[in-house]
Amino acid sequence: MSHLAEAYARAKAEWRALEESPAPVVYVGAATCGRAAGAEEVIARFREESEKAGLDARVIEVGCLGPCCFEPLVIVHAPGGPDVCYGGVGAKEASEIFARHIAGGAPCAEWALGVLSDTAAHGIAPLTEHPMMRGQVRRVLANCGRIDPENFAHYLAGGGYEGFLRALEMGPENVIEEVKNAGLRGRGGAGFPTWRKWTFARSAPGTPKYLICNADEGDPGAFMNRSLLEGDPHAVLEGMLIAGLAIGASEGYVYCRAEYPLAIQRLEIAIGQMRDAGLLGADIFGSGFAFDIHIKKGAGAFVCGEETALIASVEGRRGMPQPKPPFPAISGLWGKPTVIQNVETLGNLPLILRNGAEWYAGVGSESSKGTKTFALAGKIARTGLVEVPLGTTLRQIVFDIGGGIADGGTFKAVQTGGPSGGCIPAEKVDLPVDYESLTAAGTIMGSGGMIVLDEDSCMVDIARFFLGFTQAESCGKCVPCRVGTRAMLGILERIVAGNGTPKDLETLEEIAATVKQGSLCGLGQTAPNPVQTTLRYFRHEYEEHIQSKECRAFTCPPLVWYQIDPARCIGCGLCVRACPADAIHGESKSPHFIDQNACIHCSSCLAACAPANAAIYRTSGERRRVEPRMERKDPGAPAQPGKG
Amino acid sequence: MAAATVDTETLVKDVVARYADARAGLIPILQDIQAALGYISPQALRALERETGISANEAYGVATFYTQFRFTAPGKHRIQVCNGTACHVRAAARITEELCRYLGVAVGGTTPDGEFSLERVACLGCCALSPVLTVDGKVYAGVTPKKMQRILKEYGFERKAGKS
Repeated sequence: MSHLAEAYARAKAEWRALEESPAPVVYVGAATCGRAAGAEEVIARFREESEKAGLDARVIEVGCLGPCCFEPLVIVHAPGGPDVCYGGVGAKEASEIFARHIAGGAPCAEWALGVLSDTAAHGIAPLTEHPMMRGQVRRVLANCGRIDPENFAHYLAGGGYEGFLRALEMGPENVIEEVKNAGLRGRGGAGFPTWRKWTFARSAPGTPKYLICNADEGDPGAFMNRSLLEGDPHAVLEGMLIAGLAIGASEGYVYCRAEYPLAIQRLEIAIGQMRDAGLLGADIFGSGFAFDIHIKKGAGAFVCGEETALIASVEGRRGMPQPKPPFPAISGLWGKPTVIQNVETLGNLPLILRNGAEWYAGVGSESSKGTKTFALAGKIARTGLVEVPLGTTLRQIVFDIGGGIADGGTFKAVQTGGPSGGCIPAEKVDLPVDYESLTAAGTIMGSGGMIVLDEDSCMVDIARFFLGFTQAESCGKCVPCRVGTRAMLGILERIVAGNGTPKDLETLEEIAATVKQGSLCGLGQTAPNPVQTTLRYFRHEYEEHIQSKECRAFTCPPLVWYQIDPARCIGCGLCVRACPADAIHGESKSPHFIDQNACIHCSSCLAACAPANAAIYRTSGERRRVEPRMERKDPGAPAQPGKG
Repeated sequence: MAAATVDTETLVKDVVARYADARAGLIPILQDIQAALGYISPQALRALERETGISANEAYGVATFYTQFRFTAPGKHRIQVCNGTACHVRAAARITEELCRYLGVAVGGTTPDGEFSLERVACLGCCALSPVLTVDGKVYAGVTPKKMQRILKEYGFERKAGKS
C-alpha cells in the first residue's frame, strides 16, 4: 500500500479535521433530486446566515442520502454534540436551524430525522433507528450523502482505491477468484455471474480488450445509478479499474445518458482526479497495467441497455442489437473482447476487494449474495433510494422501510424491472426479493426500480403504459418485436377506451407468447412481461373494462365521469377556482355542474372540495366513488413534511 | 438565425476537428452540433457531409434513431415533461395533455411565437418527486395542472384568452 501513501495521509487528516472541526459544517444533499426540492436555496441561505453571524460555517454539497421524500436533506455538524440529520429543510427552516442549532447549540428536534451516532442525543434518536433506515444495509450507498463527491480526499479517507491496490497486488486471476467467491451477480437485471463474464473475456483472443460501464439507466422509474454516480462517482470508477485489471482491458468507457448532466460532470471531475493521482495511464504505479477511461454520452434509446445495441451506439451507429453469439465478451466493441457492466455491479467491486469475499457474502440469500439498491417510487409513503440485503421480502421493503401506501391508500401491487418486468400482486408481498423468486413470479429484478401501486392505479393502464414505451423504443429490426408490440398496444388502447372485445384477451396472450419467444434481443423478449403478469394476476380488471365498461381505479378517462352531487354542493366555488380547464359552472351558493366535454379528468376538483361537503364523485360503469381520501391536499403531490 | 448558413459551416468544421475519427465520433459530433445550434439542421448535415464524407443520409439515419436529437429549431424555453412510470401513476398524462392544451401545441412542437417548446421524456430520474417537469433544465416537483400554469407564468407565458 505504498502507492498513494502520502495522498492517504493527507486525505485522512483532511477528513478528521472536518469531523472534528471546531467551526460548524453543514452538508446539504444537492444531487438532482435535492436540487429539485430546493437544495440550492438552502445552500445560499446557510451561507448568508453564516456570513451575517460571522461564524465561518462551511457548507458542503453532498450527494443523496436516500430518503428523497424528506428532501432537501441537511446534516449539521456543530461542536459539542453529534451531527444531526434534518429533513424537509427549506430556506426558512435553514435560518432557524442556523440560529437554534449552529449558533445556539440546541438542535431543532422537530425537523430532525436522527443523529449520526449510536445513541440518542438532545432527545433525538439515531438516524439508523429511523423507520426508513432501520432495515437497510448501506454498503454501496455508504458514501452517498456523506462525502463531497467532487473531493478526491473524501473518497480516499474512507478507504477508497484500497480495493484496487489490493487487486493490483493479487493479480487478475485471484481477483476473479475473489469475486467468484463473493457470489456477485450482475445488477443490471439478468443476474449473470460477474466472474464468468470476466473469464470469457480474459481468455478470449484479441487485443485491446474493452470495458464498458452501462450508465444508460433507461428504465422509467429507476434512479439508482444516477444517485450513485452523483453521490460517489469514484466508487464506480474504482470498480472499473478492478474489472479492467481482471479482464485485461486497456480502455474503459462510461456510457451515460445525456439526461444526467450532473452525473457526467461529476464523472469528468473524478476522472481528472484519478489521472492526477496516477490511477489512470500507460503504466499504473509501475505495475504494467495500462488503463484509461472515457465518457460517452448516450443519446436516448432504451434498447441501448442491450449489450450489442450499446456497442453499436458507442461505435457511432444506430443502436440496433445483433444476434448472439458471438457474445460481446468474445467479439464486442470494434470486434474485440468487451465486458459490459452495470453501474451498481461496478460499485460493489471496491467493497469486495477491500473487505474480502467472505465479508461480502455475509449478507444476502442462498443464490443471491450481497445487497441491492432499489428506487422506491409511486404511491408509497416514503419514496427514495434504499439498499437492502438480497432476499429481503417485499413486505419489509414496501411497509417497514417505505412506510406503506401514501395517503392511507390500499396496497395493490408493486412493479419491478421497469418495462421489462411485471407486476407482483399484494398477496405475494412476502416474496423474498432475489433473482430466482422474482423470475418465478413472472417479473424480473431489473436494475432496481420499484413502483408501488394502490387502488388508484389501473392495471390495464399500467400494461398499456409499458407497452407504449417498449413499442416506441423497439428498434424495428426484428418482426416479432416491431409488429407484435404494436399489435398488443393497439388492443390495450382499445380496452382502456372501452372498446375491447372478449376475444382480445386470448389474442393478447397469443401475441405475447410469440413476441417473447421470437424477438432478437432482451427488449422484445421481455416486453410482454407487463401484459402477461397483469393478465395473470389482474385478469378481472381487463374483463371489467371489456364487459361492464368500468375502470375500478377510475383512471381510464373514457370510462370515468366526474359529477357533482347537487344535494351536497353548497356552491362555494372552491372547485371552480381549482379547475384548470374552466369546466365547472354554476351560480354562487347554488349547486354547480361539470361540463363533461371540457373536463380533463385531472381530479383537481376532488381535492379542492371541502371534506365536510364531499360533493364531487366519480362514476365508472356501475361503480361510484365519493373521494374517501380527503386528507390529501394535492392529488399526486408527494408528501413534503416541514414545507411551509 | 438568419445568417446561420455561414456560421453552420464553420461550426461543423470546428466540431469535427475535435474528433480523431469522425465516424466513431458521429454521435458526440451530432451532440455538439445540437448543443450549439439547438437542433440538427439540414445545413449542418450537408456541412458534415462535406467535412467528413459521411453522407447526410447516414448521419440523419443515426440521429433519428435517438430521442435526444431534434430537427426543428427549439423554442426559447424548453419544457420537458416526464412520463416515466412513477410520474405516470401520479397522473403525468393529465399534466402533458393539459400542457398541450394550455400552450396550444402538440408534444414535440413549439409555440408560434417561438417562446416555448414541449417535449415528453421517458424518465428524468427524479421519480421520488413525481410528477416532474423541467423548464430549461430546472426541475419542478409535484406538478399539478394549476401549479403548471404558475410555472409557465414564471417564464412569461400568459394564455391569450380566458382567465389566467
